[in-house]
Amino acid sequence: MIRGEEFAPLPFFSPMHIKINLFATLRKDRFDTDQREYPTGTTVLAVLNDLVIPEGEAAIIFVNGKHAGPDHVMLDGDTLSIFPPIGGG
Amino acid sequence: MDKILRIDMGAEGGPKVTVTPLGEYVGLGGRAMTSAIISKEVPPLCHPLSSENKLVIAPGMLSGTVAAMSGRLSVGCKSPLTGGIKESNSGGQAAQVIGRLGYAAIVLEGKPATEDLFKIVINKDGVKISVDNSLKMLPNYDLVAKMKTEFGDKISCISIGPAGEMKMNIASIACTDMELRPTRHAARGGVGAVMGSKGVKTIVLDDTGMTMRAPKDPEKFKDANKRFVDGLKQHPVSGQALPAFGTNVLTNILSEAGGYPTYNFKQGTFAGASKISGETMAELETKRGGMPTHGCHRGCVIRCSGVYNDKDGHYLTKQPEYETVWAHGGNCGIDDIDSIAMLDFLDDNFGVDTIEMGATIAVAMDAGIAKFGDAQAAINLVKEVGKGSHLGRILGGGAAVTGKVFGVERVPVVKGQAMPAYDPRAVKGVGVTYATSPMGADHTAGYAVATNILKVGGFVDPLVAEGQIELSRNLQIATAAIDSTGMCIFIAFAILDQPETFQALLDLLNAFYGLNLTGDGVVALGQKVLSMERDFNARAGFTSQQDRLPRYFSTESLAPHNVKFDVKDEDLDKVFNW
Repeated sequence: MIRGEEFAPLPFFSPMHIKINLFATLRKDRFDTDQREYPTGTTVLAVLNDLVIPEGEAAIIFVNGKHAGPDHVMLDGDTLSIFPPIGGG
Repeated sequence: MDKILRIDMGAEGGPKVTVTPLGEYVGLGGRAMTSAIISKEVPPLCHPLSSENKLVIAPGMLSGTVAAMSGRLSVGCKSPLTGGIKESNSGGQAAQVIGRLGYAAIVLEGKPATEDLFKIVINKDGVKISVDNSLKMLPNYDLVAKMKTEFGDKISCISIGPAGEMKMNIASIACTDMELRPTRHAARGGVGAVMGSKGVKTIVLDDTGMTMRAPKDPEKFKDANKRFVDGLKQHPVSGQALPAFGTNVLTNILSEAGGYPTYNFKQGTFAGASKISGETMAELETKRGGMPTHGCHRGCVIRCSGVYNDKDGHYLTKQPEYETVWAHGGNCGIDDIDSIAMLDFLDDNFGVDTIEMGATIAVAMDAGIAKFGDAQAAINLVKEVGKGSHLGRILGGGAAVTGKVFGVERVPVVKGQAMPAYDPRAVKGVGVTYATSPMGADHTAGYAVATNILKVGGFVDPLVAEGQIELSRNLQIATAAIDSTGMCIFIAFAILDQPETFQALLDLLNAFYGLNLTGDGVVALGQKVLSMERDFNARAGFTSQQDRLPRYFSTESLAPHNVKFDVKDEDLDKVFNW
């Protein structure tokens, strides 16, 4: 007999909730802010690919307000903020 | 630009004009010129509002030429706000016009014995100075309108508003833009008060009949300028982001990074950031028939400014800069963009530094004079400054004075000058600049935000102490040099990232002056300027103890990253070791 819990999703298939903020020109044809689900272990690069943002256009990436690179592995509840090259001062 | 125009405002029988050759100041421009004259000719222990202080107005080395971006003006004096040397920098038309009129510097000296207010007119025929007491207490926009009626629309104006006449520490000097609006200001350090102390309300400039300054090698100059412009257009920051969104594009990123000083530097993120961001502002400007892209002077190819119209579609002010939006916005807990634009207009009109004004209001809010987030109260406080009421006079003294008067413990100033829109705990490189710049807390003196936050010129983690000293040192040296060329500091994004654009800048200078300047020569120029400035400050009584942030930045954590300013004092003392 197979017990029900054996059919529970394995941890790496459980979805993570990621809040994504886009800024400046990256908002065009996309969105300002969105909440999305991704599988455990998803990297920043995978999210960029999902959003069709070329790596070069994502000049500044923050995960929870700290600089992160494309290889950064996201965790459930993270906030990912992506900026094109910008400046001022 | 082969002469210096000196005007002794205190001469017997009225102001006396002398035109002198460059002498020992030959080859200098902009900040190098103002700091050289101040450090050599002004007694460091003089009172900033006394006859011994001088106000030096100098176009950059390339101002008045066809070189793109060369319209920056340096204004120097001993600062009433900091008590040290000051170079305050402005856009607008003035630098180009003064350069074409042939003056490498205009120096206002002495002090009139009477309360008369003077108007100086400079054109191809020379200099005319007259008493015009009808200009007393005119705000900048009204003053310029009057000058336009009197002299036509081919002029440019340098002027002070009521704040300068009242000799307030926060008083700015306004320069008109291409549309003859007094929107560009040499704002920091109270330079307007020094102009006021000289009894000069306005300098009206007219370069009709003059020509562009001619380079020694026109062909090489033309070629270098083309490469320079191509480089600026090719870089994504100067070519795309700044024109599209202006400097206020930084609101969101600083708030995201936890480095956006909110409620008088109490936290690093602002919930209302998106409502006052560059993205929101650009959209609103377009919708109301204003402009999200506009240059402050002829020859600007970046065009980071804009035109902000009110709800009815009428001109209200130029596009407020990021630091202005921050000072009056998040720092005061205000998220109403129209109120912030109104505050920008009032600041320009009364002639005050938007950074110091906003920082002062936030300190006043901490003292309970008004509530954080109360935009109307902030507008009323600025109007008090314009009127010169007793409260307005206190606020017009700046954040440090206001903090002392009202017994506020946490006042974000260095050398008496308010910190701008980046919390030094979460953007530590700019914290080093705030602490050590001879100017007091000044982001433009060594804009480490570029490398800490924007990843321009490499990357140094903003949240750790390591690497910040070297970063700030290199940027302070480069900035002192750029400020001497008359170039807008926003060329830095391209020249930091693109060696060929830096070379084009060198080629511009070399072709114009017949020099063989290299990168090392630029470094040497920047070091020379900083050394002169630090020498003046030392003689004015400054020690390493003034090269520090207020103590609470080292003892109290800033949310959300819970960081303190932890760059060691002994390391701060190494910034100028070269």
